[in-house]
Amino acid sequence: MSKQAKVIEIEEVAIRFSGDSGDGMQLTGTLFSDTSALYGNDVSTFPDYPAEIRAPQGTVGGVSGFQVHFGHTQINTPGDYCDVLVAMNPAALKANFRWVKPDGIIIYDVDQFDAKNIEKAGYKSDPFEEEDVTGIQLISAPISNLTKESLKDIGLDQKSILRCKNMFALGIVSWLYDRPLEHAVKFFNTKFAKKPILVEANTKVLYDGYYYAETIEAFTSNFKVKPADIEKGVYRSINGNQAVAWGMMAAAEKADLQLFCGSYPITPATGILEELAARKDLRVKTFQAEDEIAGICTSIGASFAGSLAVTTTSGPGLALKGEAIGLAVMTELPLVIVDVQRGGPSTGLPTKTEQSDLMQALYGRNGESPVVVIASSTPSNCFDYAYMACKIAVEHMTPVILLTDGFLANGTEPWKIPDLNDFPEIKVPRVERDTKNWQPYARDPETLTRTWAIPGTPGMEHRLGSLEKMNITGTVSYVPENHELMSHIRDQKIQKVAKDIPPLEIVGDEDADLLIIGWGGTYGHLVTALTEVRREGHKVALAQFNYIFPLPSNTSEVLGRFKKLLVCEINLGQFANYLRMQHPEYPYRKFNKIMGLPFTVKDLTEAIVKNLED
Amino acid sequence: MDIEQLKPEDFKSDQMVRWCAGCGDHAILSSVLKALPQLGYKHEDVVFVSGIGCSSRFPYYVNTYGFHGIHGRAMAVASGVKTSNPNLCVFVITGDGDGLAIGGNHFIHLVRRDIDVNLILFNNRIYGLTKGQYSPTSKQGSVTKTSPFGTIEQPFKPGGITIGANGTFFARTIDSMPKISTEILLEAAKHKGTSITEVLQNCVIYNDMTFGDITDRDNRDDRIIMLKHGEPMIYGKNQDKGLMMKDNQIHVVKLGENGISDKDLLVHDAHTEFAGIHLLLANMDYPNFPVALGVIRACESAKSYDVKMTDQIEAVHGKSKIHSMHDLMHSGSTWEVK
Repeated sequence: MSKQAKVIEIEEVAIRFSGDSGDGMQLTGTLFSDTSALYGNDVSTFPDYPAEIRAPQGTVGGVSGFQVHFGHTQINTPGDYCDVLVAMNPAALKANFRWVKPDGIIIYDVDQFDAKNIEKAGYKSDPFEEEDVTGIQLISAPISNLTKESLKDIGLDQKSILRCKNMFALGIVSWLYDRPLEHAVKFFNTKFAKKPILVEANTKVLYDGYYYAETIEAFTSNFKVKPADIEKGVYRSINGNQAVAWGMMAAAEKADLQLFCGSYPITPATGILEELAARKDLRVKTFQAEDEIAGICTSIGASFAGSLAVTTTSGPGLALKGEAIGLAVMTELPLVIVDVQRGGPSTGLPTKTEQSDLMQALYGRNGESPVVVIASSTPSNCFDYAYMACKIAVEHMTPVILLTDGFLANGTEPWKIPDLNDFPEIKVPRVERDTKNWQPYARDPETLTRTWAIPGTPGMEHRLGSLEKMNITGTVSYVPENHELMSHIRDQKIQKVAKDIPPLEIVGDEDADLLIIGWGGTYGHLVTALTEVRREGHKVALAQFNYIFPLPSNTSEVLGRFKKLLVCEINLGQFANYLRMQHPEYPYRKFNKIMGLPFTVKDLTEAIVKNLED
Repeated sequence: MDIEQLKPEDFKSDQMVRWCAGCGDHAILSSVLKALPQLGYKHEDVVFVSGIGCSSRFPYYVNTYGFHGIHGRAMAVASGVKTSNPNLCVFVITGDGDGLAIGGNHFIHLVRRDIDVNLILFNNRIYGLTKGQYSPTSKQGSVTKTSPFGTIEQPFKPGGITIGANGTFFARTIDSMPKISTEILLEAAKHKGTSITEVLQNCVIYNDMTFGDITDRDNRDDRIIMLKHGEPMIYGKNQDKGLMMKDNQIHVVKLGENGISDKDLLVHDAHTEFAGIHLLLANMDYPNFPVALGVIRACESAKSYDVKMTDQIEAVHGKSKIHSMHDLMHSGSTWEVK
């Protein structure tokens, strides 16, 4: 009996669920990862889905995938290659086979591997002959038919019955990795509270899948991944978009300001607007504008009126917002612009990740138009950097661009719920009510920040605008010397933000020759690669930048400590070029990928070792 | 200062007004300054928002809060100001290029949402600040710097656009009739919802006398009709002309001819929700019809967008158990690592 199947303890596992867009793979993956997080593992996930909502069924273009990486040790990436691929049809196999480890397991719904689907996926003959499956364990499971069998008497139509087959797959994998089923059942009870028949159906199929895996002799063993050694505290699962939204809400609460988000839906940033729109209980105001430009302009209006104003977008939207960002620079109003980067140029790869908006964020505007640019580097620290973006914007009366990316936005990880008391105060530079002879562009001599006079405040009536302003008085000015002065002031004002940002830190070997340099969302992959290379006995260090403009004050000093600098990014080398411009005294090497995908740890370790040797 | 004691001069800023001598904008500014003390708002609660163009310099000349934006986006900026703080009285100053060309999208969406903002559209049928190119309201055939052989485009009619976008308020006046302008602006400001006031404005430099047909003092009264809610549509120097509805169309008739008396004429109902008649009136043009001035449509909306947003937030806030970030972060699925 398989009940005696031996249990093997392992450190970490990556599982990729894949199927048609309509097969419910995102939900399956989410339930599995939440279960693992609740169980105490460290977890990292990444969904990989097509831009088309429902591409033709059975085609490679319509394949939706969700990878879960969980472990007993610290998990920093969703994993390059998977130990288990769940393929609900031949197209899922075709799209994902390349990601299966040479000794991995493929569980597939054999009922969907008929001649028609095999052809639709682009296979000419038997898929398992066309792909090199040597060393891979193939589990042929009649998932569709067993789901039908399981639910034949339940009183649902055939279509609804087949919709439950993803839970059969979840059951199989849950047995294989010794996962409890309670979380999924609890989810069904909440989700289908008004349709008890669906609770019953999904629960039954889930258990049937679990017992199927236990009963068949196909699996020689099942695996146990012990809970990770994680810092004590209360945790929840969070993705980057939600973390951005919550970070901004936290900043608004801390600063005691009304949060206003004018925005326009765009993949992969929409989740932030959706999250904020749901939070009317915290009095968040969201304004779904008619376009990207109106999104930012309503926010600028709200900022003028005294709100903590934010706008959210992705690359193409940032391009449209460029002129208005300049308006916020000129009027010196606080504003946070979140750019969830995706593959470009133009519409590009809407659902895929990339780091190619860096130059746009830094320079994509007319005139000398400096703004603060910061980048978050894990799904959960999107909360911290969104908070910091708001803090800097308000305290320095400036637009701040926060860069995240599609990988961070949709990736989830366990997040230790913070105590907001541990977050720094946000001092709002509001003009005091009894200030005499207040001037709109009078500045704090230290930070060069002007004060914020909000409509409704008596005696502070003033006019702001897009035309050049006279220093101090803020009236329209065409005086040549004033324009030069104001250009320098706007630049200096942003440079002075460097005083408020923490120094650049490195991880790894202080005495290494090679410093790996990354920025933003690549942290998880870079730190994992660093660990692997060090485990092999090499000395190497990593510096991950979160503050891009201004750079941390000790940047040059840190870079100067290493012989070789290898800048790794998902673009053609924008940060390397930026560093070259800021610190031309050092030579920079580059490692770039631009496939719409996160780095693989494998590619990175190869590149690092190669650069250690060269 | 007591609100009642405010005078037009109190709303004047210290900035030198830089419009051309003879420009219609001067008269509009003076009409607005006359209206402001009568609105019942304090200085500090009034905000003027503008885009780019000659008219958009306006906020600099009014001693309230003001925001001079970027081209075409005043409607969006103002939407943000009003939504952020519904207690403010918000005006948008825009022109036919700023508001109907580059800002056309924002114009229709402002109107559609019915945000309680008062928009004054300075329509001079030309781009003035860029020195004389045709605009979306230029008459077909207009010879301008970018249409040396005459435009081949149909012009927009601001009233038609407003009503087409389910607008609740549309009025029209002429720069050279400041008293009427002030009256209309007061009506516009009272309206709860988006009010659009089109001011036919003369650009003395690039499009002089574009409205000459209807502003010329000798013939003016025969070519315009002042619409007043509840009153029959009579006009003319001798008050001998009127408008009648026949076969679903408006007809110009002469009183006394064919036995027509003022009882046969249309009576203006600005408050009716039925937009058809307002559209016909707003689109009337000389020479076939008199041009309609006054409040053409003022149909009270149930609630403006900004009020609905506040109501929704308070309703959800009242029902929810989540009242702080701490509540939110600890809601739903969490687990403890011991």
